[in-house]
Formats: sequence, C-alpha cells, structure tokens
Amino acid sequence: MQASDRFNINSQLEHLQAKYVGTGHADLNRFEWAVNIQRDSYASYVGHYPILAYFAIAENESIGRERYNFMQKMLLPCGLPPEREDD
Amino acid sequence: MDPEIAKTQEERRKMEQQLASMTSLTFDTDLYGGNDRDAYVTSIPVNEDEDNLDSLMDNEVARKLASYTAPKSLLKEMPRGSDENDDVSGFKKPQRIIDREDDYRKRRLNRVISPERHDAFAAGEKTPDPSVRTYADVMREEALKREKEETLKLIAKKKKQQEEDEAASDKPLPADSSAAAAPKRRNRWDQSQDDGGAGAAAAKKAKTASTSDWDLPDTTPGRWDATPTPGRLGDATPSASVGRRNRWDETPTPGRVVDSDATPAAGGVTPGATPAGMTWDATPKLAGLATPTPKKQRSRWDETPATMGSATPMAGATPAAVTPGVTPVGGLDLATPTPGAINLRGAITPEQYNLLRWEKDIEDRNRPLTDEELDAMFPQEGYKILDPPASYVPIRTPARKLLATPTPMGTPLYAIPEENRGQQFDVPKEAPGGLPFMKPEDYQYFGALLNEEEEEKMTSDELKERKIMKLLLKVKNGTPPQRKTALRQLTDKAREFGAGPLFNRILPLLMQPTLEDQERHLLVKVIDRVLYKLDELVRPYVHKILVVIEPLLIDEDYYARVEGREIISNLSKAAGLATMIAAMRPDIDNIDEYVRNTTARAFSVVASALGIPALLPFLKAVCQSKKSWQARHTGIKIVQQIAILIGCAVLPHLRSLVEIIEHGLLDENQKVRTITALSLAALAEAAAPYGIESFDSVLKPLWKGIRSHRGKVLAAFLKAIGFIIPLMDALYASYYTKEVMVILIREFQSPDEEMKKIVLKVVKQCVSTEGVEADYIRSDILPEFFRNFWVRRMALDRRNYRQLVDTTVEIANKTGVADIVGRIVEDLKDESEPYRRMVMETIEKVVTNLGASDIDARLEELLIDGILYAFQEQTSDDANVMLNGFGAVVNALGQRVKPYLPQICGTIKWRLNNKSAKVRQQAADLISRIAVVMKQCQEEQLMGHLGVVLYEYLGEEYPEVLGSILGALKAIVNVIGMTKMTPPIKDLLPRLTPILKNRHEKVQENCIDLVGRIADRGAEFVPAREWMRICFELLEMLKAHKKGIRRATVNTFGYIAKAIGPQDVLATLLNNLKVQERQNRVCTTVAIAIVAETCSPFTVLPALMNEYRVPELNVQNGVLKSLSFLFEYIGEMGKDYIYAVTPLLEDALMDRDLVHRQTAASAVKHMALGVAGLGCEDALVHLLNYVWPNIFETSPHVINAVMEAIEGMRVALGAAIVLNYCLQGLFHPARKVREVYWKIYNSLYIGAQDALVAAYPTLEDEQNNVYSRPELMMFV
Repeated sequence: MQASDRFNINSQLEHLQAKYVGTGHADLNRFEWAVNIQRDSYASYVGHYPILAYFAIAENESIGRERYNFMQKMLLPCGLPPEREDD
Repeated sequence: MDPEIAKTQEERRKMEQQLASMTSLTFDTDLYGGNDRDAYVTSIPVNEDEDNLDSLMDNEVARKLASYTAPKSLLKEMPRGSDENDDVSGFKKPQRIIDREDDYRKRRLNRVISPERHDAFAAGEKTPDPSVRTYADVMREEALKREKEETLKLIAKKKKQQEEDEAASDKPLPADSSAAAAPKRRNRWDQSQDDGGAGAAAAKKAKTASTSDWDLPDTTPGRWDATPTPGRLGDATPSASVGRRNRWDETPTPGRVVDSDATPAAGGVTPGATPAGMTWDATPKLAGLATPTPKKQRSRWDETPATMGSATPMAGATPAAVTPGVTPVGGLDLATPTPGAINLRGAITPEQYNLLRWEKDIEDRNRPLTDEELDAMFPQEGYKILDPPASYVPIRTPARKLLATPTPMGTPLYAIPEENRGQQFDVPKEAPGGLPFMKPEDYQYFGALLNEEEEEKMTSDELKERKIMKLLLKVKNGTPPQRKTALRQLTDKAREFGAGPLFNRILPLLMQPTLEDQERHLLVKVIDRVLYKLDELVRPYVHKILVVIEPLLIDEDYYARVEGREIISNLSKAAGLATMIAAMRPDIDNIDEYVRNTTARAFSVVASALGIPALLPFLKAVCQSKKSWQARHTGIKIVQQIAILIGCAVLPHLRSLVEIIEHGLLDENQKVRTITALSLAALAEAAAPYGIESFDSVLKPLWKGIRSHRGKVLAAFLKAIGFIIPLMDALYASYYTKEVMVILIREFQSPDEEMKKIVLKVVKQCVSTEGVEADYIRSDILPEFFRNFWVRRMALDRRNYRQLVDTTVEIANKTGVADIVGRIVEDLKDESEPYRRMVMETIEKVVTNLGASDIDARLEELLIDGILYAFQEQTSDDANVMLNGFGAVVNALGQRVKPYLPQICGTIKWRLNNKSAKVRQQAADLISRIAVVMKQCQEEQLMGHLGVVLYEYLGEEYPEVLGSILGALKAIVNVIGMTKMTPPIKDLLPRLTPILKNRHEKVQENCIDLVGRIADRGAEFVPAREWMRICFELLEMLKAHKKGIRRATVNTFGYIAKAIGPQDVLATLLNNLKVQERQNRVCTTVAIAIVAETCSPFTVLPALMNEYRVPELNVQNGVLKSLSFLFEYIGEMGKDYIYAVTPLLEDALMDRDLVHRQTAASAVKHMALGVAGLGCEDALVHLLNYVWPNIFETSPHVINAVMEAIEGMRVALGAAIVLNYCLQGLFHPARKVREVYWKIYNSLYIGAQDALVAAYPTLEDEQNNVYSRPELMMFV
C-alpha cells in the first residue's frame, strides 16, 4: 500500500470489510474460501424457508431435521483443514 | 504672588490635617459609603485657573467645532473601514493565554513542578531508595506546609493586633490598617477567603486586588515565592497586588511618587513620621494616605512636558513647602508609558523589548544637561551660576531608581551580554540545522541549541536531551510539515527517550508565561501521544504532569478543557488508579484553594475514566476525613464535579454518592455545608428526572437547613432543593414547593445577586414541576415575584435578565398568557430602554409559546400600543429583540391585528424614510415578518402600497438595508402573488437586474431568491430578452461563497430555462464550461443538469453531446460531469437515453485522462442505479467492460469512482454477473492483482451475500475435504 492512501477512504473500506465474517483477502487459500462458501450456502438454505421445504421433499426428511442437519454441517463443512505446506 | 501661594498652601495644610485626623477614625462604611470620600477635593491647585483652563479650552473648542461637524448620528453611521477590516480577517490573532486569564487562573503559575516520585509498582518489594520521594515524604511535606501556614497566620494575626494597638495609642499617625481592609474581590472559583485570618491570607495569596486608588504597584513579585516572608506579611498593606497588571492603572498619581522621595522635606506636613520597621514601600503609602490625591485631578500621563516646566520652578521657589500633591514632575516622569512595572513580573515579550529599547533611547536624549554642555550652550559673560536652594531635593533620580530596582529576574534592560560579539542586533540569530525561528522568550528553554560546536563532546544523555529539545522546538514553532514529522518522531521514540528527559523538557514549556493557545495545544498533544507510548513508565511523573495539565480544566476555552480531560483520562489509564490516588491525595487538603479546586476536577476526570465504583471507597474516606475540613470539602467537591462531568451516568451510583456526602449537610464548617448542598444540586441535575429515592435521606436536613441558615449557605441549600423538587412525583412536588416557597418569597428581597439568581432558578424549577397548580402560583407567587423582580435594575445585568425572562416564561406556561402579559404590558412604555427590551423579550417568548388567544380586546389594544411605542423609541443597536417581539405578537394575533395595520404600516413607512440605516433595515425586516398576517387580514391594497414604497427604495446604498428591502419585497410577492403585485413584475424585474451585480452576500441572497421566485411563478410577465440578460448576471453569482446563493442561482437557471426554452440558456451555460475556475464550472454543470431535468433531457442532450467534441479538457470534463449529474437527477428517465450516450461514455472511459475516466465512471454509476431493473442490461454490461480495466487505478478519486460504478453494476446487473468478472483474479499469482480483486469481491459479498450463493463456482473435492455443494444438485 502506498503512503498516500494509508489514510484515504479506500483503506478504511478495507478495514470495514475485514470486520465482516466471510470476507476474504489476498492470502486466503482454497480451503478457507470453500468453508466460507459452504457456510454461506447453508445459512442461505436455512434462511429461505421455501428452499428448505424443497430440500425436505427431495430428501424425504422433515423440515426441522433438514434445518438441524444444515446447522450441524456448518461446524466443519469441508472437514478438517489440510496441513499447511509452509509450516 | 508669594502671599497668594502661601495662602493656598495654608488652606491645603489645614485640610490635610483635617483629613489625617479623619483617616485615623474608622468609618462605618455602610453609613458613609466607601467611596464618597474620594470625591472630596483635598488639594487646591496652585494656580487656580490652570486646572480649569484645559477643560474650558476643551469645551470652547468643542462648542465651536460643534457647529462645523456633521450631526453625531451621521458620524456614527459612517462606515469605519479599519474596524471592519479587523472583523473581516476572520482569523483570530495568536493570543497569549496569560492575557485572558484572571487572577485566579493565573495562580497556576504559583505551582511547582514537583520532582518525580517513587513508583511502588516498578520497585516491587524493594525498599525505596532514600533519595526518591515516596508517598510518605510528600504527605509529610504537605503537613509541614500546612503547619507553617498556620504559624504564619498566627504571626500575622499577632502583628496586626500589635499594629492596631499601636495605632490606637498613637492617634495622629495616619498609618492604618484600614488600607489592609481593602475590599476583596471574590470570584466564584474561590470561596476560601472569608474565614479567619483573611487579611494575612489575602496578602499571601496575591489575589487581593485593592481598589484603592493610591496603592503603589508592587515591586515584589509575589508569584516567585510561594511562601511569604513574615516581614512582608507584617506590614499588612495590600501591596501584594500582583494581580494588577494593567499598566494604566499603575500610572501613579503625581503626589504619590514625589512623596516617596520627598518624605524628609514633607515631614513637617505629615505629622507622625515613618514608623520604624516599615519597609520602604510602606513609606509612600503613609504620605499618600496623608495627602490622598483628589479624584477630580486628571491623570496627566499624556500631557506635554510644558506643564512640567512651569510647575517645577514653582516648587523650587517655595522650598519650605514642597507640595507633594501638586508638583506633577515625578508623576510625569513616571507616566511615560513605562513597562517597568510589567517587567518585574517575569519574562518579557518582544514588543516589550522594543518598547524598552525605544524608551532608553528617549531617556538618553532627554537626560539632564551636564555643566559642560550648558557651558557650551550659553555665552560666558552676562550669566551667573546660582547655587540651588538649600532645601532643593532632586526629584527625578529616586523616582527612576524606584523603577529600575533590580528584580529577581535581573534588569530587563540588560538583555544580552555585551561580550558576545557575534550577536546580531534586532535580527534573531539564525537557528542552525533548519530549526524553526526562536522567539526571545524561547531562549531560556532552547538557547542551548544555538551553540553547535559542543555537540561532539556530549555524552549520549546530553545528545538525547538535545534531540528532544530540537523536536520540541519544531513542534512548538515549526511549519506544519516540520511539526508533523517532529511529533511523529517524538511519539515513535518516546520509550527510547525515556519518560524523565521528555517530561523534564515538555512540562517547563507549558509553564512558560508567554505561552499562546496554539503552542499549548501542540504541547498538550505531544504529551498525549507520548503518554500513550510510555504507558506505565509515566508513573513517577504523574504529579508533575497533573500540575501543568490541571489548569486546563478550568480554562475558559472549551477545547482546552476537553483537551485537559482527555490527557488526565489517558494518564489515569496509563498509570492506574493507585498511582493517581497516591499522586493526588496530598493535594486534596492543600492549603491553596486553587490547588484543591483543580485537584477535585482532575479527580472527577479520573473517576469517569476508571469508573466511579473504583473510586468510591477512597471518596468515602476523604469525605469523612476528621483531620481537616479542606479534605472533606474537596472530597465533596469531587462528587459534584463527577456529577457535572458524566451527567446521567451517575444514576447507577447515585445512592452511594449521596450517602458519601450526606453528612456534609450537618458539618460544622460552613463551607463544607455549602459545597455539600451544591453537590446534591449537581447530582440531582445530572440524575433528572430519575433517582428521587436516592435523595430521601437528605430531604430532612435540607429542609431543616433552609429554615436555619442564611446567606450563602441558604442559597446553596435552596439550589439543592430547586433541583430535587423536579424529580419528585406531582403530589410531593406540590407539597414541597409550598413549603419552600415561603422561604423563597422571603428571599425575593435579598440584595445579594447570587441569591437572586438562585431564587429565580428555584422558582423556575418549582413552577415547571407537575404538581404545582396555576391558582397557587397566581395567588401566592405572582404578586411578590413581580413586585421584587420586575424592576428596572434587573434589566441591567445580563445574567439576571436572562434568568428573569426564563423564569417568567416558565411561570407563563403554567398561568397562561393573559396573567403575565397583563402585568408587564404597561412596562413597554417604561422610560428605561433595557427594561423595555426585557419586557418585549418576555412577551415575545410567552406569546410564541402559548399564542394570543388568551388576550382580550383591552389587553390587545394595550399590547399593540406598547409594542409600537417600544419599537419607535428604541435607540440601541441590538434591534433584534424589538423586531422579533413585534413579529411574534403580530403573527400570534393574526386577523385581530387588522385594525392596527394602517398604524403599523404608517410607522414602518416613516421609519423606512429614516436617516439611520439601522432603522430603515429594521423597518424592512419587519415587513417581511408581518407580510403573511397582512395577507390574512386582506390588506392587499396596503401591501401593494408598501410594495411601491419598497420599490422606490431600491436605490438604497447600504447593502445590509438593501438586502432587507429585497427580503421585504420577496415576502410581499410571495403572499400576494405575481399578478396582483404592485409595482407590476415587468417593472420590478428590470430594476433587479443591476442589483444582481452587487457583491454583498445578503443582497445577493435576497435578490436571487426574489428573481428565482419571479422566474418560477411569473416568468411570462417579463420579456425573454430580459431573462437572457439575467442569465448572464447569474453566471457571476455562481462564484458566490455562500452555498445557499449558488444553489438558488442554479435553481433559477432551471426556472428561466423552463420559461424561455432551454436553447439559449443552455448555450450560455455551455460556453461557461470553458472558464478556468473550477467552482464556476462545477456550478455550471449542475445548472445544465437542472435545465435538463426541468426541460426534459432530450432538449439538452444533443447540444451537450455535441459539446463533447470540443477538443478541450475542461469542456469535455464539464460535459461528463453534467451527464453524471443529469443521470443522477433524472433517475428512471435515464433508460431512454442510455443507448444515446453509451458511445460517448465508451470514448471517455478509454481516454488517457484520468479525470475523464473518473467522471465517466461516476456517470455510469448514476446511470446504472437509475435504470436498475428497467431492461438496459445489455448496455450496462457493455459499459462494465469499459469500466473494469480501470480497477487497478491508484489515484484515490478514480478508484473510488470505479468501485462505485461496479457497485452500481451489482445493483443493476445482479451480483452473479459481477462475481463472474471477479473470479478470474481472486487467485491470481500476482499479489497486487489478488488484493484488488478481493477488495471487489468483499464489497460484492457485503452487498449481496445471499445472492452469491447460487453463483459460486463448483469446486472439486479433495482427498480429505468436501467442497462440492450436493444440495444444489437436488431435483424433484
């Protein structure tokens, strides 16, 4: 970052963005981004009732069970994080 | 001649003797009045005519001149250029803090920056080194100091006693301690002076500003030594009036100084010679008392020496009686504006240096001629040298000597050592190494920086100090960039420099007497930054810092107070509660009230920084201190300050705070009782409207208190009750109000100003409380209230005035308009103008609040009559009160004012013709206020008439008046409409065109409003050519400083374009795009956009786009900017034009010029936002392709515009499309690229998180990790 735009609105913008969970940065790896995508997806499924109902019909489960499952899956949506190469 | 003079002197002597005998008596000042004697003529002029001569001359000249000059009213009206320039400059001149400080605040300079203290936390278990000061040491020192003070007080008391005895036994001796009883001026910071031993304390505290005319300026700078020597205390003269700085005050009356050296000669005159043991400065006082200079005698400091010439030989001729009161010689000598007295008080400013240099020069030229010189001047023969008379005493020298008495600071005339040959006179020495300019007073702090040669030999510590000094000098005197880097260096290296060296350099600077506001602000900023870095290292220096920062808490400048609070708050966070308490505890019962006061305030800041609960146990202990009332007083004061500082945040701790202080109401010390009541008042005020239950325990002592106390304490108790009553519920409030009202009504008559204010405040609060009924107020309060408070005297003091108006308005809210207005309406015809103004303001507020429906026909008549009278009779400059009052009453009465309108208009017309500009302006302003009511009363004919009158006055010269006249015309046009307006619009507008050229803001604003109004509503009455002419004038107005004017101008373009079609206006505006000024171009683009909006875009766009072909940067940018505004204004309408402008924007987005791309991007943004959801996606995607390559721009404005355009696209196209653009770069091998793409991704994500779920790419699973989202594949 240049010295000149250390104080301008853009740097603040980045700072502001960093406060949200789910935003990314240049050093994000595939796994981390995928976790965010998965969690966002599950949150979205749970948040939209018609989608939840659709999945419930497709899987022949109750809507509540579906919701519970999705929420459980948000814990480790992609499994354990891979070993870091650089450590 | 001789017998004549002898006779007058004989008379004089007799009178003096008489007076001498009188002064030894003690007068009952209440009976005889303190100052009356000053008016007596105590000496008779030597030459009886002489004294009157000049006054007669004056009168004569004045009388004769009067016939030649213009009338005073005209002279007053003359615009005074120089004055205005001062006001207009806009910037405050740098101002020294000390100049605006009063005596009390100046006491900060008495404080000593204490040496650092032991830091128990850092030391751990170790026993502190005996060389460092521990808490115990400090406490011991404080105790010692207190004891010393007590002893000194006792000694002083004894001495005084002795003297009084002496005086009683030796009656004719004029020396008297009556001088010591000089009236003490008390100010509200300080209440510690009215207890025992006040005289001595007063002398010591250097606060006594004697009002006596004949006390000598003090030569002992009391500031430098905090503890007084008993000798000085002993003489019990109010000579320690350090506070008196005004040079003019110090101009001695002639008699006094002559006395100082003439005492031996005048010995015969003043019986009872100098008593032994008196210091020298007491002597003149004695003589001075014996021959008090009459008040009538004018101070002659500015008289020419000619008088002196004539007076001196007289004294020489009558050596037997050197009449000290008469010969003005010494006085004249002294009276040359000598800053000597000021110099005694510390460092001197450059102006004073100059003054001194100049004065020295003059003195050299006017020195007495030597014998050789006289020999050379006069012929040798025909002259004889006479011996001076035996009794001749040279006068001048001792008087001079007196001035030149060396002070502890050294003689000011001897500023720079002579040996230093390298010294450049007048020109300050160039500071080495790019250091900023040093002011003379900076030398004592930064002087070491000037000799560079020793730098090699310095130790590392010395080098460090030097570095700090350099940085500080840069911060203090440097240019902004210098200051910035120096500040940053100081901050970054704070820990490296260490707390000790830093604070040892910074803090003395803050105590510098010549410090200016800006410098103090900068230094305080340094402390703040450094504090943050040093953190716990600051502990040993806490007290030091407090000594210099605490005075900020009582500064009159709001920002200084805030700054002080911030520093102390940061300090307490860095040092911790324990250290803060340890540092400030010794000051809590300091002997100096100033120290206690500032400490209390600092403690309240600590409480707000670290939380009240943390401080509660300590406060409790302090408030219950048995050892000294000062500690209790300060403790309770801390509670008060906490309440004031943190407001409603006291609520959770209210009960504990009240419990801590409640016993203070019954304290044996009166001051503790007072401060307790005041603290309760502050707590109640902060807690309002909650928390009454916390005050339960204090209600009883308060109620008992108001019955048993008098004076100050009673005032404080009443104040507390006044603030507690509004917290109660209706029933109790009503009961308690009735209880307290008895006392309040009794105190209505109190002559004490403070009591008056408090009583008014309490009445206001009681009356506004829910449970107090109107009937009760009417019957019990109103009669006494009006009898005691609605008197002329109350209008003279501004604070009383305000308080009384507020209270009366509050009462009116309960009792209704008629009651109050009925009582005071007669006073509108009072002969005192301030009083009339107070009545008017009250009526205005009451009527605005409550309307005029209560007012019956008779009262209405009285009211209008009174208002007209008051309006016509006003003479003062502050005309707004009358104007507002008139406007408010007329508007409230509405249609009922119809019968009076002819009379009112008559007055207005008469005043419009007045020769005073203020009166004319006010009359015009009044028209604009009552125009609406005139319309309601259907007085259109009258308004038409006024319109014509105003039209005739459009030639007014004074811009303020012209502005008001235009405002009045606007008001009339607004209410009667364009068609009925007289004069007809077609006549009016051409008259306004030239006025548009006027550069005065008020004229411009009113004129453009009026023109805009006409263009909006009545454009058809004026030929198109006239409108075009106006258009050209309007272009100039786009330069106006005031935003309101520019906005009105731009709107007017819109109206005119609507009236005469856009083509011509547009051509004018497009031409204006070529001008150089940016502001002008910006306003033009806005105007184009507005024209486009009012006349639909298709009328404007072709011409605008054609203009883009002009190969000129400014024009093209102007066109783009207009497009941007245009699409912002037209919003959805843009969907029809988007395809038309796309090629233009394509071109602009590919231009080399950054500004082109920036402006085009913002146009794209507005366009996208306007057409979202209207089916223009194809064009938008096309534009996005042109916008996208700009994402790597670094210029902040461009990148902002580009990012916003992309955001706009997200709204218009949907997040999925933009995400697709994003994906290519999120995992780009180049970090720079990734950073930008992630930024875009993030704003996309924050804006439309949910919408992205459907659009995320499909990721392949890896061995351990599942990345796919099988749910999205489900299908029923």
